[in-house]
Parts: sequence; structure tokens; C-alpha cells
Amino acid sequence: MNDKPVTGFKTPTRLDYTIRSGEASASFLRHIKEGRLVGRKCATTGRVYVPPRGPSPVTGLPMVEEVELNHTGTVTTFCVVNVPFEGQTMKIPYVGAAILLDGADIALFHLVGDCEINEVRMGMRVKAIWKPREEWGFTTENILYFAPTGEPDASFESYREYL
Amino acid sequence: MISESRQTEALSAPYVLEYAYKRSLGPVLSEFFTGLREGRIVGIRSMDGRVLVPPQEYDPLSGESLHETVIVKDTGTVTSWSWVAEPRGKHPLDEPFAWALVRLDGADTSMLHVVDAGAIDMMQTGMRVKAKWAQDRVGFVSDIVSFVPVED
Repeated sequence: MNDKPVTGFKTPTRLDYTIRSGEASASFLRHIKEGRLVGRKCATTGRVYVPPRGPSPVTGLPMVEEVELNHTGTVTTFCVVNVPFEGQTMKIPYVGAAILLDGADIALFHLVGDCEINEVRMGMRVKAIWKPREEWGFTTENILYFAPTGEPDASFESYREYL
Repeated sequence: MISESRQTEALSAPYVLEYAYKRSLGPVLSEFFTGLREGRIVGIRSMDGRVLVPPQEYDPLSGESLHETVIVKDTGTVTSWSWVAEPRGKHPLDEPFAWALVRLDGADTSMLHVVDAGAIDMMQTGMRVKAKWAQDRVGFVSDIVSFVPVED
């Protein structure tokens, strides 16, 4: 028997959800399972959302036109993660970034790899590095990270509307 | 793992939101939980002489620090209860049970715990109950598995 006084204990707070994708996200995930990045275009503004929303954030009308995007884009903003936290799956330091895919009008969040973290910068041109095809599932984790393409940086003007 | 339904367009997947809190107890609750591990229930005497179970660090009326611990019995009276007909995964028992306020003998306040009476017809405000202790106790509220009805 333990003789030491009880001075504390774990009191985890846990919520178990079943999350359902909705139609637009399901379409995005089905495409990404096939190695494709497919967003949707707002019929009024022409803006392309990836991952897509069901309704246009501007008009509220359903977005139905699908737009396939290339796997290249621009780092608009980023964060170097140096702090360990509970549930962390990545080895620190690593870089999380908002990446504006070419042809998209909203940035998606992913990792930047294949370069030193102090090389990551706003405007850096990147491309998706995919896992081996047999590991693809319904997840953006099919993309391991985005790696520098070596192209010249995008001009600030080209992404200033997306920060 | 994401599951895919052929009938519908939707995908679904489990999503867990969990915060792995730890809490430290302080001197008074430390004594309460250490007591549970040892199979006894510790209360504390308030400034006006009442026995509070579970114990509180500070007097509920004056706010002064409380120090005089009091051991109460593991038998008591149900003062209020609510029947759980269909327990869910995180509930302490798999079978239907009652959440109940139990005023232990020697205490002046009631403690929230589980009454395992088997059926709602067995539940009654004023019924007498006794703690069923866990075999392996660790210093947690579940060291008392439940309170079970007893004849006085």
C-alpha cells in the first residue's frame, strides 16, 4: 500500500465526437484520396475556395463548380513552432504555414519541409510533396509537406489580399 | 478511421477533443482523497460547527481557513436523486443507477455520488445507503464504487 498522501490526480476533460463532413468537404476529401486538389468557385465573385465550403461565404448560395488546382503555391504567412505541447505529433522545431495554392483565393494550412526553418519566408514558392500513393486516405495528411520549388519569390502584391 | 457511406455523400470520422488536465489538491482535499484510499471518509468542521463532506478549505460563511477534520461514517441518507435509465459510456456504472446527494452519518452536508439500487422503484428520498468500496483504491472519488441500499 502506498503511504504517501494523495496530492493530485489527472482529471482529463474529453469529448468524443463523430464528425460528419458535409457534401463539399466530402468531395474535397474524395479527390485528395486520389491525389487531386479540388476546390469550388463562387459563381458571383469567381473566388475559388480550397478546401471548399458548401455555400459561398459572400452570397450564401451553393457553390457547385469544381476547380482542380495545381500542387504549387505561395507561403503567405507562417509560424515556427518551438514549443512542445500535449498531443504534439511533430518533432520541433517545425513550420506551419498558410499556403495560397495557385488559382485559389484562400490559403490552406500545412507544413513546410525540405528546407531549413530559417529559410522559410513570406512569398516563398512551394509545391506539395505527397506520401506514397498506397498511403493515401481521406486526409490532407496525404501531403507530407510543401517544399520549396526554387522559383523566385512571389511579389507581396500577388498575395497581399490573402493575408 | 474515416468511414464512407455509399448511400450518402457524407464522410464521417471520430473526433476526440481532450484536455489532459492534472490538478493538485491542496492540504484539505489531499486529506479527503488520502482518506478514501484508506477506506474512510474525511469531512471538516465549519466555523459554525457543521461538518462539511466533502471538506472545504474555507468556511462557506466567513471565508476563514478550516482545519478541524472529522471522520464520518460510510453510511448515510439519500437527500435527492436523479435516475439514469440508460447509462452512457463515461458513466461510472454500466447498469441503470442514480446520481444522488448522500448525507453521510455525522455530516451536515450532502455529497454527490452514485447509488446502485438496481431499479428506479428501489429509489426513495430518505433511503439509507452504505458505501461499497473498491478493492484497489488509489485516492480518487471512484474509490467508492457506489452507495448501495441498506436496511437500518
